[in-house]
Amino acid sequence: MKPIVPKRHEPIRIGFYICHCGTNIAATVDVGAVAKYVALLPNVVVSRDYKYMCSDPGQELIQQDIRDNRLNRIVVAACSPLLHEHTFRKAAEAAGLNPFFVQMVNIREHNSWVHTDRTEATRKAMALARAAIQRVPHHKPLEVKKVPINPNVLIVGGGIAGIHAALTLANAGKMVYLVEREPTIGGHMAKFDKTFPTLDCAMCVLSPKMAAVGAHPNITLWTYSEVIKVEGYVGNFQVTVRRKARYINEDLCTGCQECVAACVYKEPKFPDEFNLGLGKRKPIFMPFPQAVPPIVMIDPEVCLNFKRGKNPDGTYTVSDKCKKNCVAACGDRKAIDFKQTDEIKTITVGSIIMATGFKIFDAHRTPYLGYGIYPNVYNALEVERLINASGPTGGELVLRNGQHPKKVAIVHCVGSRDENTNRWCSRVCCLYSLKLALLIKDHTDAEVYNFYIDMRTPGKMMEEFYNRVAEEGVHLIRGKVADVYPDPTDGASGRLIVQAEDTLTNKILKIPVDMVVLSVGLEPQADAEELRRMFNLSCSAEGWFLERHIKLAPVSTFTDGIFLAGCCQGPKDIPDTVAQAGAAAAEAMALIDKGHIEQEPNTAFVLDDCSGCKSCIPLCPYTAISFDETKKKAVINEALCKGCGTCVAACPSGSIVQNMFEDDEIFSEIEGVLAETPI
Amino acid sequence: MSDLTKTNDKHWTPRIVALFCNWCTYTAADLAGVSRMKYAPNIRVIRVMCSGRVDPQFVLDALAKGADGVLIGGCHPGDCHYSEGNYKCLRRYHLLKRMLADLGVEPERLRLEWISAAEGEKVQRVVNEMVEQINKLGPLSLHKKFEEWDKEIAVLEHAVQERDTATKPEI
Repeated sequence: MKPIVPKRHEPIRIGFYICHCGTNIAATVDVGAVAKYVALLPNVVVSRDYKYMCSDPGQELIQQDIRDNRLNRIVVAACSPLLHEHTFRKAAEAAGLNPFFVQMVNIREHNSWVHTDRTEATRKAMALARAAIQRVPHHKPLEVKKVPINPNVLIVGGGIAGIHAALTLANAGKMVYLVEREPTIGGHMAKFDKTFPTLDCAMCVLSPKMAAVGAHPNITLWTYSEVIKVEGYVGNFQVTVRRKARYINEDLCTGCQECVAACVYKEPKFPDEFNLGLGKRKPIFMPFPQAVPPIVMIDPEVCLNFKRGKNPDGTYTVSDKCKKNCVAACGDRKAIDFKQTDEIKTITVGSIIMATGFKIFDAHRTPYLGYGIYPNVYNALEVERLINASGPTGGELVLRNGQHPKKVAIVHCVGSRDENTNRWCSRVCCLYSLKLALLIKDHTDAEVYNFYIDMRTPGKMMEEFYNRVAEEGVHLIRGKVADVYPDPTDGASGRLIVQAEDTLTNKILKIPVDMVVLSVGLEPQADAEELRRMFNLSCSAEGWFLERHIKLAPVSTFTDGIFLAGCCQGPKDIPDTVAQAGAAAAEAMALIDKGHIEQEPNTAFVLDDCSGCKSCIPLCPYTAISFDETKKKAVINEALCKGCGTCVAACPSGSIVQNMFEDDEIFSEIEGVLAETPI
Repeated sequence: MSDLTKTNDKHWTPRIVALFCNWCTYTAADLAGVSRMKYAPNIRVIRVMCSGRVDPQFVLDALAKGADGVLIGGCHPGDCHYSEGNYKCLRRYHLLKRMLADLGVEPERLRLEWISAAEGEKVQRVVNEMVEQINKLGPLSLHKKFEEWDKEIAVLEHAVQERDTATKPEI
C-alpha cells in the first residue's frame, strides 16, 4: 500500500481506541465513559471501545478507520506498550500510516490491574488518554534504523543447556564460542548417575554430545575461561574472555595421562572437585575420564613445582623444585608449560546465550539436619557421585566408615519452601529424591524413607515414575524433618535418629537410620549478580535471570540479543533445560538470519540554534557527540546514539531534540495527565 | 486551558506525575500490574527512555500545571541501560531539590527512586508512601497561586497605568 504522506498543515485527525481486554480492563475502567470523554477532545475524529483491540478484527477496525476517516494519528488505550506497541504500529503501517504516529496508553498494567476503585480507575484512564491525545499531534513520521548483525554467537556456560544450544547453532552453520569456567564442559549433568523418569545414565546420553562439541568445526570451545567484560549492543557485542592458565598447552596435550601416572605423588592426595571432595586426585589431573576437552591440568596450589600461595596479582611463581617426572613422561609432546599465564581474548559476537546454571543449596544453612556435623549426613549431589560407577567408590554405596547403609532417610525440600532459607520450590528435588530412593534400594537393598512436605511430580511420565517408586516399597512419609541427631543408645556406630511428624497419621516418628540424604534445592550461582551487571540483565528477587515475559518471551531478556537457557533462569529439569536451550538457539538464529537489527528511531539530533557550549559532549556514554569546529556546533553521530536522551535534558538552550521523546511531546503529556476530568 | 485551573479543593486528592525509565521502573510498574499488586490511583506515569532524559523543567512544569508531587524512577546505580544516565539524573535531582526549597515548594514533593525491573513490590510501596507524604503536605496548587499573583500584578499594572495617564502632560 502507498504510504500516507502527511501534507504540511494537514489537520490532525486522531482515532482513539480503548480495549476492554475481555474484562481485564472493562471490569475496573468504564471504557464507554472514557471513549465518550475522549470523543469530545480536540482533533479526535473517532473514539471507540472494543472487546479485544489486539485481535485481528480489532486491528482491522483501526485500519478501516484510517482509510475511511483519513486518520493520521492513532491512540490505543490497552495494555503496556512493551507488550503490544509493535502490534498496533504494524497495523497502522499496513493501512499506510507511518507507525510512529501510533501512541499507546497503558491502562491495564498501570491501571485496571493495580486499582480497585472504578471511579478512580476511570478518572485515571481519562487522564492518561488525554495525555496521549495531546501528545500525538507533535509526532513526526520516522524511519526504523537498520543495523547489520554479527553472525557469531557467544554461549556462556557449558552444562547441558550450553552444550545443546551450541550444537544446535553449530549444526545450522553458525559460528559459536562456548565459554566454560570449569576445566571441562558437562556441568551438573555430568555428575549425575541416572536421570528421572527413565533412569537412563546421564553420561551415556551426555558424553556423545560433549564429544560432538569438542569436535565441531563451528564451535570454538574455551574451558577454564571466564567472561570478564562485555561491551556493545545487540548485533555487535565486544566480549573479553580470560583464559586461565592450566599450565598445559591445549593443542599439544593428547590426554594420554602418562604425566598423571608419573607424578611424584604416587597416590592421589588432594580433594577431587568433580567428586565434591569425596575422592582424591593428584596435582596434575584430568577432571574425569570423559572430560571435554580431554586434556589434563595442573593445580598450582598443590603442585610441588610452584611456590606455595598466590601472588597478589593472582599468578603463581615457579619454584622449579620438583623432579618434574610429568615433563619427562610427556616427552616430545612438550605439552606441560609451567610458565603459562592467563590469556586475555577479545571476540565480537552478535548475540549471547546465558547458560550459567545453578548451585545447590548449602545444607550447612540448615544445621538441625546435621550436614557437616555428622559424617553420615550427605547432600544429594554427593550421593549421585557415590552411586555412580565412575565415582570415588566405583559405584558402591558406602559410608565414610566403609560400611553399607541398611536404613537410609531422604529429606525432601532442604532449603526450599522455607521462609528462613529459600521460598521457592526447586521443582526437581521430589523427582530426584524418588530416583535416589530407587537407586539406593537397587545398590544396597536398604530400607529407604522419603520425608516430603508435598509430593510434586508434574510432567510427562513423572507421576507414573512416582507410582513405580511407591510400588517398589520405598517408605513415603508426609512430614517435614524437624531434627537429626545421633542415636543415644548407640553412639559409636554413627547411627542417626530422624525425627519428623507424620502429618497423615498425626504421629511423631523417630526413625533410626545409617545415612541421611538431604535433597537440597537449587539456587542462583554465587556470582549471578556480578554476571547480571556485566551483561546488563535483570534478576528476579530470588536472583534468577529475568526473562522478558514469563509466558511469551521466556528465553529473551530485556537486553536485546541476550537469551537465557537452563537453570540460570530458574530451576528446571533436564528435558526443560534442553527444550529451552533449543529455543534460545532458535531465537539467536532468527536474529542472525534476519541479517540486520531494527532499532527504534529514538536518537537525538542537534538543531541549528546550538550555541556551541559543549555541555552535552562529556555526558554521552557512547561518545556519539562531537564538536564541529567550523560551524562551532555540536554534532550527534546517529549511528552511535542509543537514544537515552541525557544530552537533551542537559542542553541549556534546548537545541537537542530526541525523536519520539521531544520536549513538546513530554510537556503535552504532563499537561494532559493533569487536566481536569469530568468525573 | 481554562479547565486546567479548575480544582475542586473539597475533594482534593494528591495528583502525582511519575517519570519512569523504560528499562527498569516502567517495567517494574508493569510487573506490579501483572502481579495484581494494588496501590493508590493518584499516580500518572509518563515513560521516558532513561531517567537521564528527565529535564528538571519537566518537574517544574508538572508542579506549575497542578501536580502535587513528582516521582522519578530509574535503574539502580550501576544498572543503567545506558551506563550512567541515572547518575546524571541524580545530580540534577539534588540541585532541583535545593531550587524547589528556594522557590517555596517543599522538597519532599519530589522523589527519586531506583526501582529495578524485578521490583514490582517496590513500585507499590513507593507510590503508597508518596501519596501518604503528599496527603500530609496538602495541595500545592501552584497554578492557583499563579492566578492570584497574576491578579496582584494586574492590579499593580493598572495602578501604574492610571498614574501615568494622570501625570501625562496635556499636549
